[in-house]
Amino acid sequence: MADAGAPAVSRHNKPVKNSWWHKNQQSMTPWLFLAPGILFFLFYVIFPIYQSFSLSFYSWDGLGEAEYVGAYNYEELYWDDAFYTSLRNNLIWLVMYLFAIPAGLFIALFLNQTVTGIRLYKSLFFFPFVISQVVVGLVFTWFYDPTFGLLNYILGSVGIPPINVLGDENFVTYGIIVAGLWPQTAYCMILYLTGLNAVDPEQIEAGRLDGAKGLRMLWHIIIPQLRPATFIAFVVTIIGALRSFDLISVMTNGGPYGESRVLSFYMFEVALSEYGFRMGYGASIAVVLFLIMLVFIAYFLWSMYQEEKAR
Amino acid sequence: MLKMTAAALAIAAANTGSTFAADLSGDFKIFLDTSNPAPRATMEKMIGDFQALHPDLKIETTVIDREAYKTQIRNFLTANAPDVATWYAANRMRPYVEAGLFEDVSDLWAEPAIADNLASTKGAMTIDGKQWGVPYTYYQWGVYYRKDIFDELGLSEPTNWEEEKANCQKIIDSGRKCYTIGSKFLWTAGGWFDYMNMRTNGFDFHMDLLTGRASWESDEVRKTFANWRELIDMGAFIDNHASYSWQEALPFMVKGDATAYLMGNFAVAPLRDAGLTDDQLDFYQFVEINPDVELAEDAPTDTFHIPSNATNKEAAREFLRYVTSADVQTWINDGKNLGQLPVNAQSSVDKDKFLEQGFEMLSTNSPGGVAQFFDRDAPAEMAKVAMEGLQEFMVKPDNLDKILNRLERARGRIYKN
Repeated sequence: MADAGAPAVSRHNKPVKNSWWHKNQQSMTPWLFLAPGILFFLFYVIFPIYQSFSLSFYSWDGLGEAEYVGAYNYEELYWDDAFYTSLRNNLIWLVMYLFAIPAGLFIALFLNQTVTGIRLYKSLFFFPFVISQVVVGLVFTWFYDPTFGLLNYILGSVGIPPINVLGDENFVTYGIIVAGLWPQTAYCMILYLTGLNAVDPEQIEAGRLDGAKGLRMLWHIIIPQLRPATFIAFVVTIIGALRSFDLISVMTNGGPYGESRVLSFYMFEVALSEYGFRMGYGASIAVVLFLIMLVFIAYFLWSMYQEEKAR
Repeated sequence: MLKMTAAALAIAAANTGSTFAADLSGDFKIFLDTSNPAPRATMEKMIGDFQALHPDLKIETTVIDREAYKTQIRNFLTANAPDVATWYAANRMRPYVEAGLFEDVSDLWAEPAIADNLASTKGAMTIDGKQWGVPYTYYQWGVYYRKDIFDELGLSEPTNWEEEKANCQKIIDSGRKCYTIGSKFLWTAGGWFDYMNMRTNGFDFHMDLLTGRASWESDEVRKTFANWRELIDMGAFIDNHASYSWQEALPFMVKGDATAYLMGNFAVAPLRDAGLTDDQLDFYQFVEINPDVELAEDAPTDTFHIPSNATNKEAAREFLRYVTSADVQTWINDGKNLGQLPVNAQSSVDKDKFLEQGFEMLSTNSPGGVAQFFDRDAPAEMAKVAMEGLQEFMVKPDNLDKILNRLERARGRIYKN
């Protein structure tokens, strides 16, 4: 019995060299390495997207039977004032949030010096990015507090009447965005600081010889070299603006009377919050948000592809 | 030998507590939403006593943050259900009853100990003619006010709308606000609407409105808002209330910038903690507005339920008998513990000024009926849309037509089945 196994092994070993695996090893290896990533991506990203799309055609409270309602959820979205409020606020977020990029660049240029203690200053500017968004939200809520807040104290000392930032539907979204810009600017600043490290000193030298200084130097020599950093800053800022949620939840809970909602918060509200549990309707909002994001994602992928091709 | 006596003692003790005592064993999981420190300690002590009665039972208690509980309950009722869970009465339990996630406990309600002593809350626990849980506490709503400021201004507790407004005018003239409120989380505005509407149109109309049988654009509702608006136009409410939670609105009353708070009895504890003594703090029933309607009150009931997917239902039933028994009801609700009202008719109400007044009010002076609360009587979806409208109304009363139109459209959508 023991002998019988031996030839089997050698017989098995021999054809290995001509096996399918041996022939395709080169092309298969990357796929094997990618496999776990792809599987997770399919399971946790692609599949839920598919699920959201299909769920958006149902009316479901998360407990009982889901009922197929066709495009009814979308029809309701079309008539829903709260949806348009959220959409409008999302646009405001998108535009206002971009301010983090020039602000980050400015601070980075300012901090890109060799002065004693510069590390401390850098840390101080980076600090808001390290603390939780919830804490940022709370700090700004206290700052804005119409009765006891520091903001109105400052305004009062120069004779401006108090403003209830978070309780006024005209100010509330801007108030939250300003809070959001604090950490986001810090993030962009870090991106630019690393970018500035990679700026070629010879080009600066050459520029200087040609008489470039100040703004001209910045515009023609520095900023073009910061393109990769700008690109990343742009990506994270856009994505950050579109998925803004935690600050709104902490600072206003969507209020006053729903005026500070954005799509992601509205989706959470109708699908998962205390009075919600309309999973289908929430899914249809998620689909709309996804389609908006898709525009940007497609643009990012396209421009990355262009860059790769150029090399 | 020692073990045997202990067991015998436990059985004897259990027998005194309940006539249905059986040898309970196995795992027993309890999920609670009583996450505030005082209620949490009370519940844990009560469960400890229950454990002492049933030493073979392996009890595992999980306390979940009250707000988080409201979303988590959907998950844990479906998968990984505990044997007993806290929740709320009336419409708030309907989704779980309809989804078959709560156990029918009509058999418990047929037992004399519960049938006779808890009869007053049976209606709030009944859906489709069956009972789905048992109440363990309830509490009154009403106007908590600064007695010292009333004395200073020479005011007395009002009993009708004219007196209420006259008082309020004097308070405003003294540079204060009449009422504090924090409407950031919306439900506090629901409390005001409950009272304005029940006093203007009565309990039955209020229920018709919340269950979708009456129109939000009706004359009755407009009358309610017109009455409410009188206070708003006077400047009776604190400014910027949309920025505050109910707790954040407390300091206005503590500091004396606002004189009264329409709230549930749970507001007493933080007001006392903030330093107000019982000489400074008092309570009165929300005044009569329309003399033709009977007074009705808000008194939300908190409840225990057995999930359908529970594994130890025998122990769960025993636990429900235990928490509804007269003695347990008396001590968990006393002033040092939950500080609320016991549901069992045989229990006694703690010698606490506010509990006594509240009990008196609910048992003798609410002939119109007892409502749960805006967001427990109305379906969740309607409650959300409506309370947002109420908050908007309190800030921008001129938007009323737009708001009512929006609510009427929501009514058409939400109640269509």
